[in-house]
Amino acid sequence: MNESIETGTGLNTEDMTISVGPQHPSTHGVLRFVVKTDGEVISEAIPDVGYLHRSIEKIGEKVTYHGYVPYTDRADYLAAMFANQAFCMAAEKLAGTEVTRRGEFCRVIACELNRIASHLISVGTFGQDIGAMTPFVHALRERETINNLMEEICGARLTYNYIRIGGVGYDIVPETCAKIGAFVDHFEPIVDEFNRLLSGNKIFIERLAGVAVVSREDAFSYNLVGPNLRGSGVKWDIRRDIPYSVYPELEFDVPIGTAHVGMLGDSFDRYWVRIREMEESCRILRQCLKMIPKGPAISKVPRKFRPPAGECYARVEAPRGDMGFYVVSDGSEYPYRVRIRTGSYTAMSIIDKLSKGIMLADLIALIGSLDVDAPEIDR
Amino acid sequence: MQAYIDQLIKDGAFAGMPKEVVYAIAMVLVGLIVLSVFVAPLAGLTSWLERRVWARMQSRVGPNRVGPQGVLQWLADGIKNLLKEDLIPTAADSKLFSLAPYIVFMGFLCTFVVIPFGASLIVADLNIGILYVLAVTSLVVVGILMAGWASNNKWSLLGGMRSAAQIVSYEIPAGVSIVTIVFLAGTMSMQGIIRAQGWGPWDWFLFHNPFTFAAFFLYFTAALAEGNRTPFDIPEAESELVAGYVTEYSGMRFLFFFFAEWGNLYVIGAVATTLFLGGWQVPPLPIFENHPVLLAIAQFTTFFLKAYMWVFVAMWVRATLPRVRVDQLMGLCWKYMVPLSFICLLGTIGFMFVPDDLRRVIGAATLGFGIAIIIIFFMRVKFQISNARPELYFKPHI
Repeated sequence: MNESIETGTGLNTEDMTISVGPQHPSTHGVLRFVVKTDGEVISEAIPDVGYLHRSIEKIGEKVTYHGYVPYTDRADYLAAMFANQAFCMAAEKLAGTEVTRRGEFCRVIACELNRIASHLISVGTFGQDIGAMTPFVHALRERETINNLMEEICGARLTYNYIRIGGVGYDIVPETCAKIGAFVDHFEPIVDEFNRLLSGNKIFIERLAGVAVVSREDAFSYNLVGPNLRGSGVKWDIRRDIPYSVYPELEFDVPIGTAHVGMLGDSFDRYWVRIREMEESCRILRQCLKMIPKGPAISKVPRKFRPPAGECYARVEAPRGDMGFYVVSDGSEYPYRVRIRTGSYTAMSIIDKLSKGIMLADLIALIGSLDVDAPEIDR
Repeated sequence: MQAYIDQLIKDGAFAGMPKEVVYAIAMVLVGLIVLSVFVAPLAGLTSWLERRVWARMQSRVGPNRVGPQGVLQWLADGIKNLLKEDLIPTAADSKLFSLAPYIVFMGFLCTFVVIPFGASLIVADLNIGILYVLAVTSLVVVGILMAGWASNNKWSLLGGMRSAAQIVSYEIPAGVSIVTIVFLAGTMSMQGIIRAQGWGPWDWFLFHNPFTFAAFFLYFTAALAEGNRTPFDIPEAESELVAGYVTEYSGMRFLFFFFAEWGNLYVIGAVATTLFLGGWQVPPLPIFENHPVLLAIAQFTTFFLKAYMWVFVAMWVRATLPRVRVDQLMGLCWKYMVPLSFICLLGTIGFMFVPDDLRRVIGAATLGFGIAIIIIFFMRVKFQISNARPELYFKPHI
């Protein structure tokens, strides 16, 4: 109130406090921000997390290793395969279980399909946040095909429970492989079409270029991971830098932000990294379909799975970045402690810093560009 | 219309009633007839068509259950909303809250008084016709501000403020573009403006000179912004402001806002057709000379189709473009559209001193340019369609 007197306007103005969420249309799930605005300009936006907490980590202490795999699906239901894989990798590391080679390829195929599906949701809803309704439906149409493929692979469309300790639950039959190949052939031109429809749109670029810029230093200090980190120009991908599974044998690029429309690390760069990652996933899928060997999909794993006492941390490159499972074993059938590290949680913490001085519409663009996912934040 | 009532009064059909009362009753009756026979189905069908066109563009199906192809969907929606609870939030200013939708609705409905559907199909050919359109559509902003304020909701308030700023700003380029045509036609009467044009595209004001050609697009863009249509739908931006000024509305009141929005689409098309596209002018075929009814039907159809083409374009734009930000919206208006519209006005005034032969040559060149743009546009559309890959959609299992 004193400020307005000092500016000499004579108008008695004060900041308006708005609660954005948890039922706001563009907070994707149940996020909430307490936003203080001066008209359209935001002075601060404080994230409020915890609306979707389901105690997934605590449940891990109460169920067996095999029984916990379906629970990991729910950590991030848009990319369930990666949580499956990270937990199974942690359990395998603890027990020293070998994964069959065909099992590894099945894992990579399923994961990359899931990555495309997750990125499609991300860029589609992002377009919808900016106001373009059509790209969202087109993206979901393509995702529907992936869901059908997933249903053929493992019988589920969203929470897969496909990757098991020692391999995968079901082998991918040659007919399904052919269908995945046909999908990849179909999907690559769709990315171009999507770019013509949305990425090249003048209004879309104007809305995103130079908005909510994350510098390299900020990205490090706020521990951003995945496409958000790569959008700031950091070439860091767990698949390449801490290789796991059969990724070292595969050829793929790590797309980073190029700043070709605005500044390095702006909202458009983060979006663009996701678009390019979908193309890279297609490349990986093609190679995998060619290289997949014959053999069993899962190795012999005892039903009563008792890893020796110890602890380990396994990390995978999920669509929302570095996802890690920290599992402590006391030698019993149940994990002693499970801790999940997810990318959305750290991405959420930078919103407060970036939102100062931007407009209300930019906050929506910022949330969409960071691709924060409510189930993954709270777990 | 007025002449007909005067004739009836002269014949003694309303013996003992003052002339003003007869006029008032006639106006109410005409209003009711226009509303129930033409405007309501028009807005309803537009809503159905928009959902259907939109669904096709998004490779969805759209409403197809009520009636053939879902054409009666608007009736079902109307009945559903009429039967809903009439909800007024406790904290709202209940009087203003319930009044606001009707003011918005009135602002759009009153424009139908001067829309010329044919040479004789017009409620009142006011000599200030186009000025009247500008004046009554300004009522909409009052209603929207009222709704935004009375809802006692922060989203509504933000939406109302955005809308007020937007509509008031965009009235300037729209108004100046209209003035361009008023200069050329020398009249503000809607029928007068149409009569100043011809039936062929070369006689339309759109292709009169390059400046009117530009003024048309300025008008159409500004009218989209005034109608709160995408890409300028920031007052009700779903992803930002929940639903903007309609956040607290439900049931029939909510429907009234959208009724006005969809009806307003047609008004935009109709005004654009009147001003730039020759209105109801049809070629003077010999068959029309002896059949005035046939002529009226031909005129009505011509006008309706021309106007509806722009409704379709607005739907197309909505399905294609994202939304601009509020400061970009204002920047577009004040930095580009206002100066450009004044340039168009001055240029057109200049063209009024150009000899008619030279003017015709330039007009023909403008027409050629316009046709070239349309050809390029459709070639691009063809390219996009031939590059689209919908097979997989029709065969989801590949």
